[in-house]
Amino acid sequence: MQASVIASTATQARKLCAEEIKEIEHEMQLYPDKQAVGLEALKIVQKHQGWVSDESLLGISKFLDIPVSDLESVATFFNLVYRQPVGRNVILFCNSVSCWIMGSESMRSYINGKLDIDFGGTTDNGDFTFLPVPCLGDCDHAPVMMVGDDLHRNLTEGKVDEIFSEYKSKE
Amino acid sequence: MVTKPLTKNIDMSRPPLDIAAYEASDGYQSIKAIAEGLSPDNVMQIVKDSGLKGRGGAGFPTGLKWSFVPRGDSAPKQKYFVVNADEMEPGTFKDRLLMEGDPHLLIEGMIIGAYTIQASTAYIFLRGEYKVSEKALKNAIAEAYERGYLGKNIQGTGFDLDIILHTSAGRYICGEETALLNALEGKRANPRAKPPFPQVSGLWGKPTIVNNVETICNLPGILTYGVDWYHGLTKGNDHGTKLFGISGKVKTPGCWELPLGLPIRQLVEEYGGGMRDGLELRAFLPGGGSTDFMLPEHLDLKLDYDEIAKAGSRLATGTMILLDNETCPVGMVGNLMKFFSHESCGFCTPCRDGLPWVDEIFNEFESGRGTRKDLQILHEHVDYLGPGRTFCALAPGATAPLGSGLKYFADDFDKHIKEKRCPYRH
Repeated sequence: MQASVIASTATQARKLCAEEIKEIEHEMQLYPDKQAVGLEALKIVQKHQGWVSDESLLGISKFLDIPVSDLESVATFFNLVYRQPVGRNVILFCNSVSCWIMGSESMRSYINGKLDIDFGGTTDNGDFTFLPVPCLGDCDHAPVMMVGDDLHRNLTEGKVDEIFSEYKSKE
Repeated sequence: MVTKPLTKNIDMSRPPLDIAAYEASDGYQSIKAIAEGLSPDNVMQIVKDSGLKGRGGAGFPTGLKWSFVPRGDSAPKQKYFVVNADEMEPGTFKDRLLMEGDPHLLIEGMIIGAYTIQASTAYIFLRGEYKVSEKALKNAIAEAYERGYLGKNIQGTGFDLDIILHTSAGRYICGEETALLNALEGKRANPRAKPPFPQVSGLWGKPTIVNNVETICNLPGILTYGVDWYHGLTKGNDHGTKLFGISGKVKTPGCWELPLGLPIRQLVEEYGGGMRDGLELRAFLPGGGSTDFMLPEHLDLKLDYDEIAKAGSRLATGTMILLDNETCPVGMVGNLMKFFSHESCGFCTPCRDGLPWVDEIFNEFESGRGTRKDLQILHEHVDYLGPGRTFCALAPGATAPLGSGLKYFADDFDKHIKEKRCPYRH
């Protein structure tokens, strides 16, 4: 895996788009200070851009007038904020205990072989990024994973095949 | 008589009840009772009398927790009521059921809680991955505003409440209530020093109550049907019903609302259907990943906070994880250690450095390189990471399955060392 570049190296802020600004301004009404909005802004930008680039980070910093270091400290803490580009579909694969008992390790190997990526990787065609996630709270249907916003339960090799072909055909 | 106040409206084969159907099922009756003259102090007394204990894991009495919030004219005007909906304890899948299945129950409970401490703003801190819950709650909140259960002067009470749905960006540590407050403030979710407790100085320095989803969902029933009814629900020493879950290799894993105080055996055999054919129960975690292992000999104990505590474990979330005789116990504990190691917030040294060390040793065992010395180091970490050694309860939580696992599965650790491989791998 490539060494991850986390330090903010951008010098040019990206101008936030109108949709992003509208949504961030909405969040400003819900929280009494800008730091709280900062975390929301990271999520909003990610929703629109797929991930949070250095340029976006600077853009949020400028827009909210909060230090980029504050934003970065938060962005690197939360696992659902992506500071590197991800594929069109992010697979959040439960690697916690109930799924482990129910065979998630062999499911992980199967996905690994099928997509030729392991945790942290993105397929060459940019379709999928494969990430582990703590217990998804659906343990009576283990093993489980999310692809994008959708939860997939009782995974088997056949089911995984079906799921992936479905996402491919969506594009 | 209502016997399942938490799940009576839940049928996962259809969408949750809309507000009209929910009202028809005794919904929002408690708010009407408040409008007819129940004071915040009255409500607090009722909840204290009910004996409700927090369902998030710690089991702290809810009414007592609320009573620490400053009241009266000299109290700060701004207070907050926060729902901990950051369900991420390994093996726990109960709050999801409540939020997806009956979101209005949570909202009604939130109004009761916020009214009692006189908080005019409430946040739901929801796990980012819980997309279905998010949608259900959004709809229900909008309906509640339309019907005048939220907003200004709720049902003519003079009480105002806004509910804000916050979706989180991940990390298990956010379930720790002070870390949750930091995350809500947009900071790194490191836990805070206590005291001051959130009840006095919480969100943005204001008095704040953080309650678990299931705890809050108990409130509407208590107010609507009364304390005597609530006490009549139980089969044990603790009051009310509780969601109990079973995962692992049983015939019918699932989540059910049951009276507190039933024998564990009944949950496992009657509801879980017993172990799958050909498998035997080896051990189980009674309430999520940070509880001590219990053994088949404990099956006749009651599902009760105090009784489970006497057996050296905790009822905690009430969602059990069952280990069968063909799954490697060392591997299971190792999986939990990997989780805790990964989810350490990194703030205090024993947790940040100790857990990865423990995790690394389990990797050694898994690959057949575990030694006596390694085993010794694991034993030492039960102490190094135990209660009182760390800033919050995350690492002590990890020592629960670690310490009890080392005790109960000593033979399996031995076999890994002697055979230089995992004996469960074929």
